[in-house]
Amino acid sequence: MIWETVRLSLRSIRRNVLRSFLTLLGIVIGVAAVIAMLTIGSGTTEKVKADISKLGSNLLVVRAGRPAGPGGPGGLDQAVRPLAEKDVAALVAHLSGARAISPASQKQARVIFGTESLTSGVTGTDSAYLDARDWKLVTGRPFSDSETRAGAGVCLIGETVRQQFFGAGDPEGEIIRVNRTSCKIIGLLEPKGYTGFGQDQDNVVLMPLHAYQRRIAGNRDIDNIYIAADDRTPTTELQPRVEDILRDTRRITPDRDSDFAIRDMTQIADAMTSATTTMTGMLGAVAGVSLLVGGIGIMNIMLVSVTERTREIGIRLAIGAHEKHILIQFLVEATVLSLFGGIIGILIGLSLAGMASMALTIPFAPSPAVVLLAVGFSALIGTVFGFFPALRGARLDPIDALRHE
Amino acid sequence: MHALVGVDLAIRRGEFVAIMGPSGSGKSTAMNIIGCLDTPTAGTYSFMGVDAGRLDRNRRALLRNLYVGFVFQGYNLLPRTTAAENVELPLIYRGVAARQRRDLAMQALAEVGLVGREHHTPAELSGGQQQRVAIARAIVTRPTLLVADEPTGNLDTARTHEIMELLTRLNAELGLSIVMVTHEADVADYAGRTIRFLDGHVASDRLKSEEAA
Repeated sequence: MIWETVRLSLRSIRRNVLRSFLTLLGIVIGVAAVIAMLTIGSGTTEKVKADISKLGSNLLVVRAGRPAGPGGPGGLDQAVRPLAEKDVAALVAHLSGARAISPASQKQARVIFGTESLTSGVTGTDSAYLDARDWKLVTGRPFSDSETRAGAGVCLIGETVRQQFFGAGDPEGEIIRVNRTSCKIIGLLEPKGYTGFGQDQDNVVLMPLHAYQRRIAGNRDIDNIYIAADDRTPTTELQPRVEDILRDTRRITPDRDSDFAIRDMTQIADAMTSATTTMTGMLGAVAGVSLLVGGIGIMNIMLVSVTERTREIGIRLAIGAHEKHILIQFLVEATVLSLFGGIIGILIGLSLAGMASMALTIPFAPSPAVVLLAVGFSALIGTVFGFFPALRGARLDPIDALRHE
Repeated sequence: MHALVGVDLAIRRGEFVAIMGPSGSGKSTAMNIIGCLDTPTAGTYSFMGVDAGRLDRNRRALLRNLYVGFVFQGYNLLPRTTAAENVELPLIYRGVAARQRRDLAMQALAEVGLVGREHHTPAELSGGQQQRVAIARAIVTRPTLLVADEPTGNLDTARTHEIMELLTRLNAELGLSIVMVTHEADVADYAGRTIRFLDGHVASDRLKSEEAA
């Protein structure tokens, strides 16, 4: 009986191709929008997650200046006391639960090799930096302790720098000039690509902190201290310890605010992930509204269909159709219609998401759950919005229905 | 205001009854009650020993499906649906398997003389042919009673006589009881019994044999 009814409704859908198509359109657009939004959204979330994990997980970053707060962004104090090597030394001596502690200062500088030049992010740091940031070397070796101490003229370069100067060639042992100083390349960093903020993480040159301070920056300041927590220690536990040690070495009395800020990369990662997830949810919800509108379209057309086919309903009732036969017929018709719409919508939505993923260079992340949900939801919409018109048809009086012109 | 008042009628199995009367005389209401489409507000209507007036919608639908066939003035075929599919329709609601439905529909179409027209849609058939399809649809379930509402109202004289001869034949050969509403005396003449309604009453009820006498 059900199969018979499905066939019947398929036939009636086929008989009104144009109208059926227009009815579908609402559902098609709704489902396509939901699928595209959710797929693009989850692709973005994945991209952001990947980007943030490239920044380093379980990482605390200390910088000079007051923490951002109600008083406005940090660093507004007239004299920001920079971080110094004794701060790093105190952390290394007293901080427990850290896997790596590394000072770093950064600056954009002009890098020259032969006749080529490139503006890169030059970082002065020590050998713990790679560990702290979870960066790896493709070839070569990190700075030795003596090179770090002495501020030797050696450096590690990123992939972008290599390509600019050496193409696919081996840069090890070559001498490049950074500003007016020269340094020997001792290693190549693993490529990391762009961050979600459009920053090229491979256009970098690392050199020993002392060399950087002496030859590039011209001061003894440290911009940041990177602290990587070990596996057993959550960053939220590590952060107050870092604060205590630094307040102590920097001799900040309890009645005064810290003159440094600690950023927890894990928290930033969580915040960004939850922001994109929320965004995805909101876009999905907006798209869901259009699905609802599509459902109302189905109801509208089904009401028209019932009115238009009053006589047919009368005939069916007269020759012995139960109320439930009529009800099921129109319900199935509405459900089949919106299911069709759902399937077409999924195809369109996935293609849109695929194209958008390519254009935005985010991963294409179709979720079977989302697709199934969309199919189920579109069928549900058809059933729910088809019910009232179907009931109206089923409740018709056969005598009146037969008289209907 | 009642359409029918104090009507007392009995129709026997196998009878061919014509119901006549002016508009508003109650003949349509009578026909609807007889065909189990309508129920009387008072009194009883017993159909095949069942008090059909007390049954709910769905039970009456079942009764119609099992025992009653309908033929209408406007044919009332489903548009854009082939003759065979139209004839199969009551069998679908009876739950008959597709293959058997097809066979029964072909047989019914043969009985009304429409062999070769099975796959035509109503729009491709003449009025007389459409009415034959409607009759095939009414008899495909082998009903006890055929209710016909002005079956020849839209047909010319030649077609009218063909349809009436078909009904007469079905009445004689299958023992099918027929209750037919009509305006036309020469159509009513095909029936064995003529009941005239006037203002909700039965004005006259004559057998053909009596008239002839």
